[in-house]
Amino acid sequence: MAGIGVLGTLWLTSSCSPPPPSEPVKIGALFSVTGPASFLGAPEEKTVQMRIEQINAAGGINGRKLQLVVKDTAGSPEKAVSFAKQLIEEEKVLAILGPSTSGETMAIKDLCEQNQMLLVSCAAAETIVNPVARYVFKVPQKDSQAATWIYRTMKEKGISNIAIVSSTDGFGAAGKKQLEDLAPAEGITIVANEVYDKQATDLTDVLTKIKGNPKVQAVVNWSIVPAQSIVAKNMKQLGMDMPLFQSHGFGNRKYVQQAGAAAEGILFPASRLLVVEDLPANHPQKEVLATYKKDYESRFKEDVSTFGGHAYDALLVVVEALKKAGEPEREKVRDALETLTGVVGTAGIFNFSPTDHTGLDLTAFEMLTVKDGQFVAYKQ
Amino acid sequence: MPRLRLLFLLALFPVMVAGAQLGLRAAGMEYCLTQLTMSVYYALVVMGLCLLMGYAGQVSLGHGAFFALGGYTTAVLTTHDFSGIRACAGVGVLERAGLLVAQQDLYGQAGLSVAPWAAFAAAMLLTFVVALLIGYPALRLRGHYLAMATLGFTLIVSKLLLGSALTGSADGIHGVPEWKLLPGLTVSGRSALRVQNYYLACGLALLLLLGLRNLLRSRVGRALLAIHDRETAANAMGINTAAYKLKVFVLSALLAALAGVFFTHYTGGIAPSEAGALKSVRYVALAAAGGMANLWGVTVMSIALNYCSLRGWFGSYDNAVFGALLILIISLAPEGPLKPLGLWLRRLAGRPDPERRTPHGAP
Amino acid sequence: MQNESLALQYLLSGITKGSIYAVVAIGFNLIYSATGIINFAQGEFLMLGGMVAVTLAAYVPLPVAVTGAVALVALVGGLLELAFFRRLRRHSILHLVIITMGLSIVIQETALHIWDEKVRSLPYFTGNEVSSVRFLGAAISPQVLWVLGTVALAVLGLHFFLRYTLTGRAMRACSSNPEAAMLAGINIPNMRTLAFGLSAALGALAGCVVSPMTMTHYEMGAPLAIKGFAAAILGGLGNPMAAVAGGLLVGLLEAASVSCLPAVYNDVSAFVILLLVIFVRPQGLWGALAPDRVREH
Repeated sequence: MAGIGVLGTLWLTSSCSPPPPSEPVKIGALFSVTGPASFLGAPEEKTVQMRIEQINAAGGINGRKLQLVVKDTAGSPEKAVSFAKQLIEEEKVLAILGPSTSGETMAIKDLCEQNQMLLVSCAAAETIVNPVARYVFKVPQKDSQAATWIYRTMKEKGISNIAIVSSTDGFGAAGKKQLEDLAPAEGITIVANEVYDKQATDLTDVLTKIKGNPKVQAVVNWSIVPAQSIVAKNMKQLGMDMPLFQSHGFGNRKYVQQAGAAAEGILFPASRLLVVEDLPANHPQKEVLATYKKDYESRFKEDVSTFGGHAYDALLVVVEALKKAGEPEREKVRDALETLTGVVGTAGIFNFSPTDHTGLDLTAFEMLTVKDGQFVAYKQ
Repeated sequence: MPRLRLLFLLALFPVMVAGAQLGLRAAGMEYCLTQLTMSVYYALVVMGLCLLMGYAGQVSLGHGAFFALGGYTTAVLTTHDFSGIRACAGVGVLERAGLLVAQQDLYGQAGLSVAPWAAFAAAMLLTFVVALLIGYPALRLRGHYLAMATLGFTLIVSKLLLGSALTGSADGIHGVPEWKLLPGLTVSGRSALRVQNYYLACGLALLLLLGLRNLLRSRVGRALLAIHDRETAANAMGINTAAYKLKVFVLSALLAALAGVFFTHYTGGIAPSEAGALKSVRYVALAAAGGMANLWGVTVMSIALNYCSLRGWFGSYDNAVFGALLILIISLAPEGPLKPLGLWLRRLAGRPDPERRTPHGAP
Repeated sequence: MQNESLALQYLLSGITKGSIYAVVAIGFNLIYSATGIINFAQGEFLMLGGMVAVTLAAYVPLPVAVTGAVALVALVGGLLELAFFRRLRRHSILHLVIITMGLSIVIQETALHIWDEKVRSLPYFTGNEVSSVRFLGAAISPQVLWVLGTVALAVLGLHFFLRYTLTGRAMRACSSNPEAAMLAGINIPNMRTLAFGLSAALGALAGCVVSPMTMTHYEMGAPLAIKGFAAAILGGLGNPMAAVAGGLLVGLLEAASVSCLPAVYNDVSAFVILLLVIFVRPQGLWGALAPDRVREH
């Protein structure tokens, strides 16, 4: 009696036919469309869907159409493992885009390496590409680059004693680690370092603790919404007028609206996607950024975010490598990807090498600030 | 008659397990065994919960945390590099005893970690102590206290995991090595070992099912039934209700931790999402969906539902489908949807409905 | 900054958090007293209230939007009772509690698919994001005063309702002795629907007043429900005043914990204390131990 359920389930599965011979090129994607990291996964999924349609409408790559297989991991690594195995063994995709978070990426890094599956992650953590795995790449800027930008700006402003607040999620933890590691080399002293729950509803107590420390000259917050807006508001309410630096997670105009008047003067490193209107016409990224922004915003009726941009870049580098390799053979595409140079994406200009699987340097960031509710480039 | 039934089940389960594997192989879809194996490990947690909810009448919202406790203990001990303390006197002894082993990861990093067997023992011991600490005060009280205490426990565990660098904060731990259980038998997610691991998980489930079944038919089981129906009366009969409930709670926590250890070795890592309150609620949901006091039903339902979820059938509606199923099953068939089916099959075979009393919820 | 004003600031921060937990705890209590169910979907009422109000606020003035949201969510609460709990009288309490867990998940996922994963918020009722009220060297957002005022009004209103109106007294009668209440001609099922509706309305109102501070998104309900639940247990189930005290206490505990421990462990210390209280004083700090009232499940 007990077996009927299992057998029934299996019967249903086995009635599905195996994937057809690869006329279109299959691209897999693992995004956290729902769940706690949906602010990353949802725009990523939309972007990739949109781009694949555009590419296919334009005739595909080397005469082949692209076929997208997206799986929603809901932000949980065990699902990412299960789905990655499906993409590798059943769908036999050319490459996997994503996952959205570093926890999920790290959970499948070894798996992809062992199975020679090309993985282009949309998560930022340093450990994804260090140590370098032959088949694992990532497209977002490194956290260390964001931290460096923040520290250099601080030095320009004559700040040396800072407080760090970060959230307990993967994004906050990775940023905090980079800030701690880089501080001595950049001549910055961390005098207060607090981690708060990412679901916190009010952070006055944490900020009070920092306010009580007279040495603090500036605060760095490394988290995502809603905590990053709550920090900004609570600081202003407490009358703390020291500069507030945010991470590159502040990358959506919506977040400025959420923090309202409290967002004025926030400093943060971000890709140029957010200030595309201010870029000079001859800037190499101008066209790519403006087109992506226009397409995304007119289609989905929401502000473009740098997270969706990561998915754009992940697909872009795979497609460019595919063009270069000529045929959808994973080994060739991987070799092509590793030697790609000068590819203009949303985050910056990618130059991969066997030792650098991120492909971006410090110029991929720009220091931005908020002025009259708008993102503008920060100038001393 | 019971003996016949037992033999029947003993035969049926392996036939089912082998049938599924051979069927999938014939269809060229053996890769489905991966998700099936994962579901079987999750089912071990629900089996323990079934014992606790269905037979002892207590709810635990902490089984996700016990799963994580087992998994994380193993993961930390088997991946943490202890070579820094190599100079200490005792380390050499431990290494010679096979408790510490030298390891090398995929990228050439060498390290000295605890052997999986020793880590497993440590995980079970830790779970035993923690379960005792929570269960002892909570189970002397009547009412929802175990649910509250375990909910608090879940939150504490998940916040500690998120906050501490030792457990990898939000990213969790990855790169957990394989576990060479016996010569020729390895707990590992490698595709070459897929069939072996599938049979290993199913064999473990069968052993535990038989063990639990025997437990329920013994003195302990009868005491539990009495407690479930009328606690005061059971007390008056001289049954130490608190002690029985505590034993069942600790046993079910150990089952969850056991599942956590195997699952962690199988998937090669563990993350804080396993310890979240939502996960614990999910286990309760699965136990309820299987009919609570029905070991076989609970096992089958939980394997089936988790399998669908891990295959990604529900897409972005995964949680929604779970919630909706939970509501539907509890409101329409509180004894589990498999129960009416079982009765119908029995009637078809011309056998009368069993007289066994099957408790599920309130008196 | 002086030590006294620093301490005062922690105190205010604790009160801010605590007042949010308190409203959730009152909601728990209302339903628990009337039906014996611990409603794990309580947090979703806050989320729904905030979401509906944000949506309405795009078309109508803020007070109308808040009123509309409260009315709509109250309706949802009442309908849930009618659709599930009224029909399932023969189910055990345990089964009903598990159903509320299912409802919580389903409401949350529905909200995700109706709205989306983005974070929204209502505008500040007075002032804006940066305005604050100075108070003996400490500062507090005017919105906190709105939350505190709402909590105070809700508690007082509830108190008067339960004590001095016929319906309120009937509701109390149902919770203290259902059989006698039934014999006295009180329609118990209707009272239960009313309790659900009221609790949902209270949750929605709370969801609106906290929205400018905490912001509203589909996943906000569950963590608040858990904190509110802890507050209700700490204070003692079945007593609205104890729920308020419990909520404030949890908030203060968190703030006190931040002041001397790393901030990441503030929840941990709050829950450790909760566990200790449960074990030492199972009826909660201000609850009366009435074994007959604690139904066996």
